[in-house]
Amino acid sequence: MTDAVATRDALRIVGQPVVRHDARDKVVAATAYAADWALPGMLHAAVLRSPYPSARIVRLETKRATAMAGVAVVLTAKDVPRNTLATDVPGQTTAVGPLRATLHVLAEDRVRHQGEPVALVAAETLELARDAVEAIEVEYEVTPGVFTPEAALAPGAPPVHGTGNLLAQWRIARGDVAKALAGANVVVEGEYTTQLVDAAYLEPESGVAWIDSDGVITIRLSTQVIEHFRDVAEVLQVPQNRVRVIGTYLGGGFGGKEDVTVEAYLGLLTLKTGRPVKMVWTRQESLLSRAKRHPYRLRYRTGANAHGEIVAQQIELLADAGAYAYLSALVLLYSTVTAAGPYRVPAVEVDARVAYTNNPPTSAMRGFGAMQTVFAYESQLDRVARALGMDPVAVRRVNALRRGDTLPVGQVIETHVAIPELCERAWAALGPPTAARAPHIKVGRGLACNFQPYGRIVWLHDWASAWVGFEMDGSLVIRCGCPDVGGGQASSLCQIAAEVLGVTLTRISVHVSDSALTPLAGTTTASRQLYMSGNAVLKTARELRAGLLGVAAAMLGGDADDLDMDEDRVVTRDGRTLAIAGLLAECARVGVPRSHLGVYHAPAGEPVDLATGSGKVFPDYTFGAHAAEVEVDTETGLVRVLGYAAAHDVGRAINPQSVEGQIQGGAVQGLGYGLMEEVVVENGINLTTSFATYLIPTAADVPDVRAVVVESGEGLGPFNARGIGEPPIGPPAAAIANAIEAATGARITRLPITAERVARALGLLD
Amino acid sequence: MNIRLSLTVNDESRELLVPVHKTLLEVLREDLDLIGTKHGCELGECGTCTVLVDGAPVLSCIALPADLQDSDITTVEGMADGSRLHPLQQAFAELGAAQCGYCTPGILLTAKALLADDPTPTRQRIREALAGNLCRCTGYTKILDAVELAALRMGQRPVRAMT
Repeated sequence: MTDAVATRDALRIVGQPVVRHDARDKVVAATAYAADWALPGMLHAAVLRSPYPSARIVRLETKRATAMAGVAVVLTAKDVPRNTLATDVPGQTTAVGPLRATLHVLAEDRVRHQGEPVALVAAETLELARDAVEAIEVEYEVTPGVFTPEAALAPGAPPVHGTGNLLAQWRIARGDVAKALAGANVVVEGEYTTQLVDAAYLEPESGVAWIDSDGVITIRLSTQVIEHFRDVAEVLQVPQNRVRVIGTYLGGGFGGKEDVTVEAYLGLLTLKTGRPVKMVWTRQESLLSRAKRHPYRLRYRTGANAHGEIVAQQIELLADAGAYAYLSALVLLYSTVTAAGPYRVPAVEVDARVAYTNNPPTSAMRGFGAMQTVFAYESQLDRVARALGMDPVAVRRVNALRRGDTLPVGQVIETHVAIPELCERAWAALGPPTAARAPHIKVGRGLACNFQPYGRIVWLHDWASAWVGFEMDGSLVIRCGCPDVGGGQASSLCQIAAEVLGVTLTRISVHVSDSALTPLAGTTTASRQLYMSGNAVLKTARELRAGLLGVAAAMLGGDADDLDMDEDRVVTRDGRTLAIAGLLAECARVGVPRSHLGVYHAPAGEPVDLATGSGKVFPDYTFGAHAAEVEVDTETGLVRVLGYAAAHDVGRAINPQSVEGQIQGGAVQGLGYGLMEEVVVENGINLTTSFATYLIPTAADVPDVRAVVVESGEGLGPFNARGIGEPPIGPPAAAIANAIEAATGARITRLPITAERVARALGLLD
Repeated sequence: MNIRLSLTVNDESRELLVPVHKTLLEVLREDLDLIGTKHGCELGECGTCTVLVDGAPVLSCIALPADLQDSDITTVEGMADGSRLHPLQQAFAELGAAQCGYCTPGILLTAKALLADDPTPTRQRIREALAGNLCRCTGYTKILDAVELAALRMGQRPVRAMT
């Protein structure tokens, strides 16, 4: 395969907005989601959860529940072979040291957050299972809790776990910040507050488990991580090769199905009963108990010279981990690395901490710590521009990172940074300004940029594998352990293989997300699947092609390099063709494999010393710029988004339709974060456990999002693509806040930007 | 207590004996094996479980079949004509209006009711009609595009089936 194929003009299928292979299944509802599965003799499961955020379990009695007719089993912590789920957090945090984040499968003597699982029931019907949950007797002794990170870190605070409440701390110090701030022409200080939010996918956590005919405990569920089969095996204390996870097409994930959800419970219940078991969480359970996005307090001092160039940033971050560590230390690392924004900042200090509290736990959610920081650094930059009378595009143009620049953490940016072009194009895409429709309505525009890592931290030594093979009739099979969360992950793999092997898309079958039958490809998280599984399929298909074309060259005469594969044939330069089925028959005759297993290894590195800024943390970044036009009712504080444009450099769009979908959907999730979403928690009690109280954007709340897809041809993914799953959720909140200040002069520093907060900022309320 | 139900579901008459407290969503999924209708919140707040009852969108998770005796119910399984997709299904597939696809059945049916009522709705009218159906993936833009495209095609000529 020559380099020419990497240029856009030479691409045949990659780059086309093809209809995904799963589109028809989805519109006729043939896609079998996790809760759509059923087996003969299947039990139904329910979970007993703690009503208290901090309490001791004094008595736990299951006799009455167990004795109920139709109840197959009731399980508590003592019934779990190994009652611990662990997440390794490699590398050192600055202050706390290496972490092994753990949580109990079922609570033992204490509960640390409302909704923490205490017991499990499996019964003949769901109604019976829920009745049995009610019949379990628990006596709690409520204990003092801590409900803000500030309180958690205060001297004498009740410890959430045995140790102190500081879960992790990261620091970066680069340059002389005090001196640079002292010499700056303008210094802007700001404190920003971001809120707790929920992934709020429409498909609740769900799955079915059974012991298959080979004795393997098989769990079919909605998950972003099939590798949790190992965690289930550890909990059950069975060999890891006796647990199989089949990942379904997900009804949304957004990071909320990255940690273990129902699989350990299902494994336990099916092992104890020997029967198939189904567990589907209610919406209330999902909103109550699933890990959410960390709320942050962000304090920034930003200094700039007379040209608007940032000379220094002093940054202090404090995040709420809730009751269990989950991925908090890594989320905080993303915040630390991105805290200064996609800009050249010669002097930076970051001090980032995350604390345990008795609030709902927080973990992965789309954006993963690189999101909260956008609200702060883009608000700060806008204030710098305002102080200097610069326009929003100009201030970003002068500060934007360029290839070869070094981030405060010490990582050199190795690919093109399209920030100036993205700003200009997003801004222009808003079109002519809208006139205010009444005197009390003010209209304004705002801009916000971001950068988001794609791919896992380099010292995790990430890899993905794939199997690609022809059947004798020339149809193609792809096997790859990549979960498809709805972003078109599997479909893009088809396009990549079709491009390399010249196979018609409709002649490809793709099998994904099965820990026993598809080569493992890692998690559908960290905007990594197109990058990792895409590269795995690309590499595997190219290696397969090389072997096949060797046989074709012998059949046709001449050199394999002069042959191409197109439209299910091998084609010579002088226009002769060989049907693929004929080539495959010859391969069978001469013993050349018609399938291949390949592994892609991401560029790896060693853990960095953040404090001294020593090097690479992430493989690469995706850059973006969003522009918003809003109207603000200065009598009520109500904000309406009139127009929205979102530009990202995706390197190469494998499927432009899917790319637009990620950008539009991510931007609207970001608008929800900016304008309305908030998990309201009072003293550890979640007050927003339904969609009537936890509000996400509807079709009537948001404008059309104009997706501006920029292809720089630079990225580490297949055909130079960059990851685009997470990046579009980052900028909206800041773009809206900046637009509101442009419209009214009022600066909003707390999310979500409700009418009440705007009214307060406008002085309409006491 | 069980109740005898007589319903027309996707143009087929069905006689059922089900517990009186079962919701329409449960009856469709568990008793009629029509699993295309999805469960999203069981409280009538997300629109995921929307079906048509006598042509009007109804949240099946809070509808009791006992109240729906002899009514005519359409689920997503009843939209296509054999292997030939409904124009809405065709447009949703072509334009990428279904990402994860979980909210899609409810949105298709709500849109079907809208187009029956107003064959040429404005974009704003479509927004308002779909405001009770949450989607977390698409940001709605492609959904609105797809409803507009389907409306256009339905007003013109028969649509070629998707291959």
